[in-house]
Amino acid sequence: MTATTSNSTFRTEMIEARRAPDQRRGVSGWLRANLFSSPLNSVVSIVVILVIARLIWPLLEWAVIDANFIGASRDACTGAGACWAFIGARFDSIIYGFYPEGARWRVDIVFAMLAILVAWLAVPRLPQKKWVALFALVGFPIIAYFLLLGGSFGLEYVPTRAWGGLMLTLTIAVVGIVGSLPIGILLALGRRSQMPFVKAVCVIFIEFWRGVPLITVLFMASVMLPLFVPGNIEFDKLLRALVGIMLFWSAYMAEVIRSGLQAISKGQDEAGKALGLSYWHRMGLIILPQALKLVIPGIVNTFIALFKDTSLVLIIGLLDMLAIIRAGLTDTNWLGFSTEGYVFAALVYWVFCFSMSRYSQYIERRLNTGHKN
Amino acid sequence: MLRPSTSLPRRGQGPLWRNPAMRALVIQAVLFIALAGFISLLVHNTLLNLDARGIHTGFGFMDERAGFSISQTLIEYTNSSTYGRTFVIGLLNTLLVSFLGIIAATIIGFLVGIARLSPNWLLARLATVYVEIFRNIPLLVQILFWYFAVLRALPSPRDSVSLFEAFFLNVRGLVIPDPQPLEGFAATPWALLVGIVITVLFSIFAKRRQMATGKALPVYWIGAAIVIGLPLIVFVATGAPLEWSLPELTGFNFRGGINILPELVALWLALSIYTAAFIAEIVRSGILSVPHGQTEAARSLSIPGAITLRKIIIPQAMRVIVPQMTSQYLNLIKNSSLATAIGYPDLVAVFAGTTLNQTGQAIEIIAMTMAVYLVISLTVSFLMNLYNARTLLKER
Repeated sequence: MTATTSNSTFRTEMIEARRAPDQRRGVSGWLRANLFSSPLNSVVSIVVILVIARLIWPLLEWAVIDANFIGASRDACTGAGACWAFIGARFDSIIYGFYPEGARWRVDIVFAMLAILVAWLAVPRLPQKKWVALFALVGFPIIAYFLLLGGSFGLEYVPTRAWGGLMLTLTIAVVGIVGSLPIGILLALGRRSQMPFVKAVCVIFIEFWRGVPLITVLFMASVMLPLFVPGNIEFDKLLRALVGIMLFWSAYMAEVIRSGLQAISKGQDEAGKALGLSYWHRMGLIILPQALKLVIPGIVNTFIALFKDTSLVLIIGLLDMLAIIRAGLTDTNWLGFSTEGYVFAALVYWVFCFSMSRYSQYIERRLNTGHKN
Repeated sequence: MLRPSTSLPRRGQGPLWRNPAMRALVIQAVLFIALAGFISLLVHNTLLNLDARGIHTGFGFMDERAGFSISQTLIEYTNSSTYGRTFVIGLLNTLLVSFLGIIAATIIGFLVGIARLSPNWLLARLATVYVEIFRNIPLLVQILFWYFAVLRALPSPRDSVSLFEAFFLNVRGLVIPDPQPLEGFAATPWALLVGIVITVLFSIFAKRRQMATGKALPVYWIGAAIVIGLPLIVFVATGAPLEWSLPELTGFNFRGGINILPELVALWLALSIYTAAFIAEIVRSGILSVPHGQTEAARSLSIPGAITLRKIIIPQAMRVIVPQMTSQYLNLIKNSSLATAIGYPDLVAVFAGTTLNQTGQAIEIIAMTMAVYLVISLTVSFLMNLYNARTLLKER
């Protein structure tokens, strides 16, 4: 054994110490990785920060710091910011419309029932979904109908003319979804039917409603529906709008459900046939429960679109929440607060729609477990 | 011992209601009779009602004098024009705002969609906030907000916000310079057309060359140079025969220039901002739908980043993006009918609104209005199906 030579496989001297690795943790590491990873990125970050600062601060000043929140008339609004007192003064009519004050407890009960039902259906842990869903689709609308309209069981009759505000918005949205879901299911099944005439009718129906804007449907409902029934029958304005909205959205619902039906493998249907089940048994017991569960996110997204579009009824003269706010803006005591009015309306719609879209994403994640490629 | 059963009835035997073909026939016949009965009942009722109200059906009203004025007319229109003319005016206005909206929504949508995928955390968050805010607020609220809260709050023409003393924004709308072509200007559009044709031919040639020799030419740069340069040279060579009629404040209003209605500006802003939020999501999901393996494969072939993006990622993402984008375009066209809420004279406001109120021909007018949107939708869907068939993944 001799001493190692220069061409040995082994090093004879130590490797020089390396630089310590970049700090990847902590605030500075995060900043470096996400905001200042390259010169371009740093410039972008600084520009964005400046833009946000220019936008957020005046907005905050307007909406909160310089704003007036309480007051009975426009004299209360002395600051340079928003005048939320306007919303406060109109709050009751924004919620209830012109519903008689003595009967508003009925609306409150319906609101509470709706909230409980929605919460029950939305939280996956709660039991007895099927029965609650059945009640929400059948029992609840009937109870709500008698409570809101009155005229029976000793309740004062409140014509739909007096309905308005958020209550009307929610009524239209709930009736729209409860009505369009079953029609949509039938249309979706019909579109996949083997019978050429049934299929043709469903395709034409769906493509027709999907091809026209909701406004023309509402115009049609308000102008043409009265022509369709015998002259002596009075057709309620709200009912006309509801019929139009239901037909319109059932076509969109049908397409959503059809996508779910397509995702169920043919073997499921064939297995049902092999067991000797009839068509409706196969659909009701095997196919639809799976398909509907798959398309819950799609149904919720359709519902978000429906909810946003309830605002269009103001064009045919129904007083939904947006229409009430708009009417309030023309009040001579409160002129010049349209920004506050529309920002408030936007905020309410946004809270509803954003929470629904979050819920739909949550369900999507839950359904996706283990199926991601 | 197993043996095929002989006791089962053969197909076509047994009671009639067990026969699927027969059952299908009966169901369809029943549906047909019910539908026909329902429709004839509606027609019967409608005819009775129309008779009772003294309305005569038919399209005779189209030739009658309309007698109302419209605030924005792209083609000539006077008080003595016919109702048929109002239909065309409304349709053109609908198409105008849809066209402008589609262009702006596409640009904003692509920018926001790509920003959402940016490695820059702040930019990505900002884009997310944009999408979540604007797609969750009803379009109608946004239109009313832009119109009543923003544009109505602008100063009067005297105190207009001005840009380069050529663009003026005030409560009556946006005033922009009006190009006035002089004699000899006609050569410039022709030069543009020639430039486009040359570019198309050149790109075909470049592609063939690349196929044959493997050498690529800078088609984009040369093409851009031809399309822009040729008309520019012709324009200058003919002595720049274009005059700008600048808006000028005279008294309380502007003279000269083109006045763009505040209704159009509000509708255009709202439509583009709202639709852009949806397009951004489509662009994002389209880009994410291309598997990461594609990028890695390109990198292992040492294909440069820009070419990877242009030749590998974008073509595959487009397959996902284009069909959804088309349906957003259709939504935008249909949503432009909300114009009636702020009084922009689109098809619904002019024709299904004023004309319907004046003539009372509800059935004809609503049917015509719906038919317009239906034709647009079905045409675009048809073109989309062609595109889908062309770009479908060709599997062997």
